[in-house]
Amino acid sequence: MEPILKVEDLRLYFRTTKGIVQAVDGVSFELAPRTAMVIVGESGCGKSSLAKAILRLLPRNTHTYSGKVFLDGMDVMELSDEQFRREVRWKKISYVAQAAMNSLNPVIKVGNQVAEPLFVHGKFTKEEALNRVVEAFQIVGVPVDFVDRYPFELSGGMRQRVVIAMALITNPRLVILDEPTSALDVLTQANIMNSLKRIREDFELTYILITHDISTSSELALDAMVMYAGQIVELGKAGHFYLEPLHPYSQKLMASVPTLREDKELEFIPGQPPSLINPPTGCRFAPRCPRRFSACEQEPPMVEYKDGRKIKCHLYA
Amino acid sequence: MKAAFKELTRYKSAVVGLFILAFLVALAVYAVITIPYGEAIRLWRGSEAMWRYNPRTAAPAWIDYLTPKRLLRTVILGPDDAQKEVEVLSERTRRVLITYQLDYKADVFPTELAVVFKSVYEKKPPRVEVIWKTPDGREFSFGRQIPSAQVHWYTVSQDKDLITSLHGPPEKVLFQDPSDPDRPLKGLHTIIIKAYVFEPKADIDAEVVVYGTVYGIAGTDHLRRDIGVALLWGAPIALAFGLGASFGITISSIIFAAIGAWFSGFVDGLVQRLTEIRMVIPTLPILIMVGLFYSKSIWVILAVLIVLNLIESSVKTYRAMFLQEKRAPYIEAARSYGAGHLRIVFRYLIPRVIPWLIPGFVLAVPAYVFLEASLSVLGLGDPVLPTWGKLLSDAFGHGALYHGYYYWVLEPAFLLMVTGFGFTLIGYTMDKIFNPKLREI
Repeated sequence: MEPILKVEDLRLYFRTTKGIVQAVDGVSFELAPRTAMVIVGESGCGKSSLAKAILRLLPRNTHTYSGKVFLDGMDVMELSDEQFRREVRWKKISYVAQAAMNSLNPVIKVGNQVAEPLFVHGKFTKEEALNRVVEAFQIVGVPVDFVDRYPFELSGGMRQRVVIAMALITNPRLVILDEPTSALDVLTQANIMNSLKRIREDFELTYILITHDISTSSELALDAMVMYAGQIVELGKAGHFYLEPLHPYSQKLMASVPTLREDKELEFIPGQPPSLINPPTGCRFAPRCPRRFSACEQEPPMVEYKDGRKIKCHLYA
Repeated sequence: MKAAFKELTRYKSAVVGLFILAFLVALAVYAVITIPYGEAIRLWRGSEAMWRYNPRTAAPAWIDYLTPKRLLRTVILGPDDAQKEVEVLSERTRRVLITYQLDYKADVFPTELAVVFKSVYEKKPPRVEVIWKTPDGREFSFGRQIPSAQVHWYTVSQDKDLITSLHGPPEKVLFQDPSDPDRPLKGLHTIIIKAYVFEPKADIDAEVVVYGTVYGIAGTDHLRRDIGVALLWGAPIALAFGLGASFGITISSIIFAAIGAWFSGFVDGLVQRLTEIRMVIPTLPILIMVGLFYSKSIWVILAVLIVLNLIESSVKTYRAMFLQEKRAPYIEAARSYGAGHLRIVFRYLIPRVIPWLIPGFVLAVPAYVFLEASLSVLGLGDPVLPTWGKLLSDAFGHGALYHGYYYWVLEPAFLLMVTGFGFTLIGYTMDKIFNPKLREI
């Protein structure tokens, strides 16, 4: 099947006073339509930067922004900023930002806020737009009479749903969710995850879910990607990853997730993730890896495991 | 907005301010409705003939209630107050006697005397004469003349022969008490106009004008103009100038600040450098130059003022706010759903600073009202329009304070101060409400 999103060697470096930060360093992957990929990793491993690189939401201090991003077979990196804004943002990809609770403009009523992408991207009358907003609110489960409220009058969960409604309003095929449930209580998290799952099935959407909450994300994930220090270290079917992680980092990551029935000692990974300014040569995880050996001095290749997973580790070479 | 207004009325200072503002607006609306723009200019710039029945530099009439002396309002005796007798002397000649009674009660002398002859004739004008009988029985006869026009003003106070023969100004000698020359004699004056007409259809009427020392609610100036007109018309002009300048300047500054802060880099640098250049260019000298060399029209001055202040120093303050605001997550969210630059600047950024903008806007109004007055006092006021500043300028130019015409200075000054006071009260209260740091719970 033609992938909906294909990323080749995407790089996003930032310029800081201390040096160049390699936030996203040579990331390549493909995403089939109607799947949900979860991207997990520690804070600062480049998950959000990857999302921003795909959406071309670049900060001012961007140093390098290169690679290829194919959306439905079209190389969007060739588009000018203005074309990208008109043709890609919210038409093909929409984005639920990190800290989505703060992504609502405090001085605009949520109904109008959700309608904003419609006004930006199409000729809608106020009435048509409002009808669409009401539909979207019903889809995500926000009471319809909330359209006339301001963001501060809504609870965190409701605000989150409003932001998701905004992401759905223009019927995009791909939605990037950047930690959509990070600041919510577990009940609300479960609720929203279920809504997201239902919406994905009903509307045949493709999700990229960025999170560090591995247990909650398992609810939604079909594919999984593990990032470490700006690179992909493991990429494959979620079923394989959750049951039997291969990369030493993935294994450690899974070992830190509590489970209900087993009596296991939660592990943590000693040390700190490497600085993305001048990252270590060779395997970036090597300094913290319990299974490192001499070959780890060299940059590990991306190897394909027998179940189709891709692992960036010398152990599987 | 409604809530903000309600909140505003909780503060006594704002209520006082709102009352003042309502008063000024009512005054302005009343002025514009009763005296249209063109009419106001005509009244103020028209010849002296328009105001001929008014006394010069008369104080407002209500001064009368504040002084123990009884002051004099202008008395105009016309045909309705007169007894007219016509006596046929010959086939052509008739003698007309017009008798007026003037009951003089004031404790002050009139400021001027005049008689207006209104005669009807084809070729031969009538001959006229005035006979003045004072209450104590003295009789004066003067003003023997042939009117040179159908409507002829005989300014008694300026009749040199009469002044010589009376040994003093007529308005004083005719009214004084012979035993105490500094006090006017109260009682009944009889004035008789004796005229001879020489045509069958000829006729004559006359008006006797005894100019008073007080006039109307605001008094008059050196050209007999009613200062009330200028006070009234000063209100809409002051409001239009102050609000117009303040609105234009605040809005343009905020737009420039937002554009600079949003696009950053070169655009921001340009806006900032222009602001700094603007900050060292003094406004007043430039306005004076425009007034001297180009146009004194108040609307031209207003336009120049706004253009000069398009990028005002407040750009710096607003920019600081925008720099903080543009990093807000919802702005990034807006970028992610493809909102364009203009949408972000005008729909998201600018509305965020409006709570700070409104008090600033209100507080800036009096500054521009005073600026217009200052320009007028410097002689650069609009020569056509009556404004408060223009009144002050006239008063200053004619030594109002030296001559004791306090009302001439105090009236416009009072209105200017009240205007400033009103806007300041509202502005500072708004600041209290909108500025979270000053908000009272």
